[in-house]
Amino acid sequence: MKKILLIALAAIMVLALSACGGKDAGSAATPPPADSGSNAAAQEPAAEPESGDPVTVGFIYIGAVNDGGYTQTQHNGTVALQEALAGKIKTVWLEGIDDTNTQAATDAAKQLIDQGATIVIGTSFGFGDALFALAESGDYDDITFLHFSGSNINDKNFGNYFGAMEEPRYLSGIIAGLQTKTNKLGYVAAYPYTEVKIGINAFALGAQSVNPDVVVNVVYTNSWYDPAGEKQAAEALLSQGCDVITQHADTAGPQLAAADAGAFTVGYNLDNSGLEGLEDAFLTAPIWHHDVYLKPTIQAILDGTWTPESYYGTLADGYIDLAPLTKNVTEEAKAKVEEVRAQIQSGAFNVFTGPIEYADGTVLAEDGQKLDRGQIWSIDKVVKGVNAPE
Amino acid sequence: MIDFLAAAVLAGMPLLFATLGELVTEKSGSLNLGVEGMMLMGAVIGFVTAYNTGFPGVALLGAFAAGAAGALIFAIITVTLRGNQVVTGLTLTIFGSGFARFVGDPLVGQSVPKSVQAFFARVNVPLLGDIPGIGPVFFRQDAFVYIGYILVALVTIYLYKTRPGLNMRAIGENTASADASGIAVDFHKYAHIIFGGGLCGLGGAYLALVTVPIWQADVVTGRGWIAVALVIFASWNPVKALLGSYLFGALSILGFRLQSMGFHVSQYLVDMFPYAATILIVIFSTQKNRKEDQPPTNLSVPYFREER
Repeated sequence: MKKILLIALAAIMVLALSACGGKDAGSAATPPPADSGSNAAAQEPAAEPESGDPVTVGFIYIGAVNDGGYTQTQHNGTVALQEALAGKIKTVWLEGIDDTNTQAATDAAKQLIDQGATIVIGTSFGFGDALFALAESGDYDDITFLHFSGSNINDKNFGNYFGAMEEPRYLSGIIAGLQTKTNKLGYVAAYPYTEVKIGINAFALGAQSVNPDVVVNVVYTNSWYDPAGEKQAAEALLSQGCDVITQHADTAGPQLAAADAGAFTVGYNLDNSGLEGLEDAFLTAPIWHHDVYLKPTIQAILDGTWTPESYYGTLADGYIDLAPLTKNVTEEAKAKVEEVRAQIQSGAFNVFTGPIEYADGTVLAEDGQKLDRGQIWSIDKVVKGVNAPE
Repeated sequence: MIDFLAAAVLAGMPLLFATLGELVTEKSGSLNLGVEGMMLMGAVIGFVTAYNTGFPGVALLGAFAAGAAGALIFAIITVTLRGNQVVTGLTLTIFGSGFARFVGDPLVGQSVPKSVQAFFARVNVPLLGDIPGIGPVFFRQDAFVYIGYILVALVTIYLYKTRPGLNMRAIGENTASADASGIAVDFHKYAHIIFGGGLCGLGGAYLALVTVPIWQADVVTGRGWIAVALVIFASWNPVKALLGSYLFGALSILGFRLQSMGFHVSQYLVDMFPYAATILIVIFSTQKNRKEDQPPTNLSVPYFREER
């Protein structure tokens, strides 16, 4: 009796686990738009001579596709890609892949390749080394690898892509600088990495451009994902008098803390203006449009015209953007943002234009110097007017 | 400062419920390491019931039932089937995290209904709330905080002043003797494991319903493990568990506060404090060797009547 019970329990556990695990492997193999697309292709074979079986594009995600933040933003791009190239491609993806574990990333890539993927896209920094090793191994020369947020590249089958997030961050800083009354801005950040510091500096420079007295207080949470911790970090900043809170972390925790305290908030990744409770607090958010890169790139790979590149999307491309400004943004701030946005998009203005001094007094940019991408990505400190633990 | 202490009490709330739950479980002789999993189960079911019904009471019941259900799995495996408690508890953590992701999947990004949020809004206790210093910290908080006070009192009375409490402590100290004296060992173990799991579920629900009232996957982020450490820190005493929860809550936000005030402390260092404090307490209590500070003697020992 005991044994039967034990076996039954074990079976239930296995079933429950496989039910959860089963959700990990997603696929948009035959969504309605893809069907109609392939029908169209079948009717017009001459128009698309290359279209035989759809090409499989595999994505590796660090989180869940509806995580309300980073991965959801990535997946929105995937869905848009599938719609745009319906019939020509089939997208598959793996969720929740540990990006600190090279073996997990390697296995995920191989699994996608086994599923027929000839294009493999790693959407988190930590996947880069694993994918690059596969690309360089010589065994996967017929596979194209694309990596988000890394710097690896080769001359046959590995490219990378990222965006100039400093541009929308700078614009959001302008709004914060104009709308703060205490001249203290709060910034909840994940880790003191270069990418995060670029964002902090851009936000601070934007705020200082319209309000020289403003200071930015930074709190690091040492986690990309901790709803309660991020909220508590924001509360700490609010208690110090910060009245605009922004973030480089993945949850809405800081935004809710700001709303509770009657302060303003600038989100990240997603336009949360519709979120309950944020009606009077949400200003805008720097956001990504990954499809702006994916659509032409995948098309070029299909056409055979793609060569490995290191893409750096800008406001002008539309790869990165500022979510629509809400009613909480003043007319003055709206006008200023539009003015500077036009200058950035035309190339007339660079967010990192000297003179810029680091908080420790050393020089980041000489007077009139405009930092290029390489210089921006070697930023390792915060600028003057930012209080951040090193 | 008062603002900081009030925030520390709130940060300690999920810890308090989970710690009390684990404390009751351990007092009856079972080491259930699935606190994190049960908190996640309580969080997601608390959220789902709140979202679908809009009744705070139903949400609390749902969260309690979910944590209790997780604990029931643990009880069946460890008490009836005499499986290894450590392995089962760890499995329960993984199970709970998968369960929460699976059940919560369609609701990610949804908010807790206004009616429930209003119920858990801060309430000023008359008279007590006006005491300078103490009032704002302890008596201008949300309903959960007050439930917590009552719970600590009830658990303390139950453990030390009632017959069933004595029975369950006897089981934790020496299961064979308790069995010999006619105490229904399996019944008591089941009851306390399940009740403890329910409290863990409430701790998780606090994070999902009050702290950040939006459903997001993995809201607990390691607090279940801090609760396990807290039980040791509190040397299995409910009143010390209350104080310990506030202390650990304060430690968990101390780093943020210091950073925001311009003190450049490493958050990594601050994150270690709860565990370092627990290690110190274990060393001290082992050195002093006072009976009441020691774990229940038969903690995590499976009981086979036939092998007595």
